[in-house]
Amino acid sequence: MAYGLEIPLRGYSDGGRFFLPTPEIARNCPIPDLLDKRLVIVTGKGGVGKTTVAVALGMRAAAAGKRTIVCEVSSQENASRMFDHAEVGFHEVEMEENLWSISIDPDESMREYVLLQLKVRAMRDMLFRSRIFGYLAAATPGLKELVTIGKIWELAQLDRKVKKGHEYDLVIVDAPATGHGVGFLQTPRTFANIARVGPIHSQAQRLDSFITDHDQTGTAIVALPEEMPVNESAALERDLREEVGVAVDRVYLNGLYPERFSRTECEQLGKLAAAEDGAARAAARAAVSEHERARSQRAQLARLRRRVKAPVKTLPFLFEPELGPEAARLLSRRLG
Amino acid sequence: MPTLSEILDDKGICICAGSGGVGKTTTSAAIAVGMASRGLKVCVLTIDPAKRLADSLGMEELGNEARRVDPALFERQGVEMRGELWAMMLDPKQTFDELIARQAPDEESRDRVLENRIYQQISNALAGSQEYMAMEKLFELHTEGEFDLLVLDTPPTRNALDFLDAPKRLTQFIEGRSLKVFMKPTGLAAKVAGRGASVALGVFKRIVGFDLIADLAEFFNAFSGMVDGFQARAKRVNRLLSDRRTCFLVVCGPQGEPIDEAVYFHRKLVEAKLPFGGVIVNKVHYPAEQLRGESDDDLPAALAEKLGDADLAQRVAANFADYQALAERDARNIEHLATELRSSGVIRVPHLDEDVHDLAGLAEIDRYLFATSDERIAMAAGRA
Repeated sequence: MAYGLEIPLRGYSDGGRFFLPTPEIARNCPIPDLLDKRLVIVTGKGGVGKTTVAVALGMRAAAAGKRTIVCEVSSQENASRMFDHAEVGFHEVEMEENLWSISIDPDESMREYVLLQLKVRAMRDMLFRSRIFGYLAAATPGLKELVTIGKIWELAQLDRKVKKGHEYDLVIVDAPATGHGVGFLQTPRTFANIARVGPIHSQAQRLDSFITDHDQTGTAIVALPEEMPVNESAALERDLREEVGVAVDRVYLNGLYPERFSRTECEQLGKLAAAEDGAARAAARAAVSEHERARSQRAQLARLRRRVKAPVKTLPFLFEPELGPEAARLLSRRLG
Repeated sequence: MPTLSEILDDKGICICAGSGGVGKTTTSAAIAVGMASRGLKVCVLTIDPAKRLADSLGMEELGNEARRVDPALFERQGVEMRGELWAMMLDPKQTFDELIARQAPDEESRDRVLENRIYQQISNALAGSQEYMAMEKLFELHTEGEFDLLVLDTPPTRNALDFLDAPKRLTQFIEGRSLKVFMKPTGLAAKVAGRGASVALGVFKRIVGFDLIADLAEFFNAFSGMVDGFQARAKRVNRLLSDRRTCFLVVCGPQGEPIDEAVYFHRKLVEAKLPFGGVIVNKVHYPAEQLRGESDDDLPAALAEKLGDADLAQRVAANFADYQALAERDARNIEHLATELRSSGVIRVPHLDEDVHDLAGLAEIDRYLFATSDERIAMAAGRA
């Protein structure tokens, strides 16, 4: 049951300077409604910063005294990398005070599930040695996704059945990218429909009720201030609400450039760029570029606000070569 | 280093691969526009569910059939179009259905498969079926020979490798027909397989419910007549991928993580003996070339003098330092990439002021994609 290939993990953090953006209007308001849920799913298209937001939310909740675990389901260990930590694998590893991390592997989840279901050790051993079981599990569509969601649900239980399992107040999931994300969350319902009877049927139903319970489970969509990511986020919100039936509590617009220069200043800088050469010209052009990008992003922010129902909160672009734990911490204070 | 049109010269297939969020769809569309404008009949294929390609080509929607992009659109954007640009959005489910219809020995077995609930699930949801269908459609279009060049935007996978791995996984699943003998545990096969197998089967039934097993058995029974056809076709698809007229382009971003993945993907391509064409790095922050040898310590003072505003000068200098730091990071990462690939064949597309989502944007990207590296540096320095 190989689940894709592993990617070598190597950081490029070079201890580079950390650039703080000019503070924009802080939208900090308490976010108890979101962090008071048992499960928060962070979703969005690839490359928008889902892991960063998931870790930042985790830090925010941990700082508020909640015992929190951040789960990855992509086996890429992006979260442990954000903490500058070694790979955690299928283990609940404490990263900071009140903050744990785990990478949920479907094969391990399947194994754990079977162990909990079968009490006779000899039977379990025979089962895992048998190649038939592996074939069957691999041949059953959606089973991997189902056991992954099952593990997430298990982590969110106060009465943990797993040995050495901690109790958590909040479980945060760094979900698969859009396209896969909606299908992923729909797995329990699909499964409940395929397996009409038997234990999996009732368990799939229980998972589906948990995910679609708006008091217990929430989602946050991460978007970028660009034309197509904004369109996709709006479509994703609609699918999550209408197809999956899950609550969408926040849309985080990530990577928003600060508005560093006014229009008048920009005109002045444009003239300077035309008249000068060397460093002065390059610096003036960089400022004009920054102004243009910031302005086009503000237009996208306005479009996003018009097109989604959930509250839109912005997160600043960080002028930092590689994002590490300090970047996540900075963002965690700015989450609204 | 060769330019992109030299890399693609005489190629029939160009596959753009890379992890999600690096601008693969935009790059695929830009390459297709660029090669079509140079006189080829090009078709770009995507299976992106988000309709991004249709958006960027100014089309309302794309279907499972190739459609020609209106030449008037290019004219309006001032792009000279000497060839033809076609586009299609692959519907994996429909492609799978068509494939079944083609491979089925008779109507009855076709319908048995199409109506099977397991089939309905795998054709939509099984990991790898989208990728398999993308290759299938590519093969079909290639065989029909209507186009000079096919550009494939690979599906958004968790990591780029899934794409190469996917057809194998699907074939393995289909070959799981041997399982069906275990689903009749009273037969001779069950005795041969021994106690381990029947216990495993029993436990599996207890976990997933009996219906599912019956559906699986039914699926593999219905499918059994098509397995050889599938295998033969999969072999031909694999041959096409390693053909010398096929070219893999790796698309990535300049941050450490996408660069690492591009390096890894390149290595896997080489190991699989698949034809690697080059790497395209999107959204690169170019350093200001004309700065070489100048110290930026004096910059705030110099700017203040020219602008007559010390506060603004300070902000301009700080902003410049921020962008230079990003440019240094990008340069460092790209150097690492070039070393790992033992090539200078890295095409850098700059981080443009406006995000790209229409034909004008694609044409702007093309100016960089199809330039020589010297031209690119000059263009980027002009606007950096």
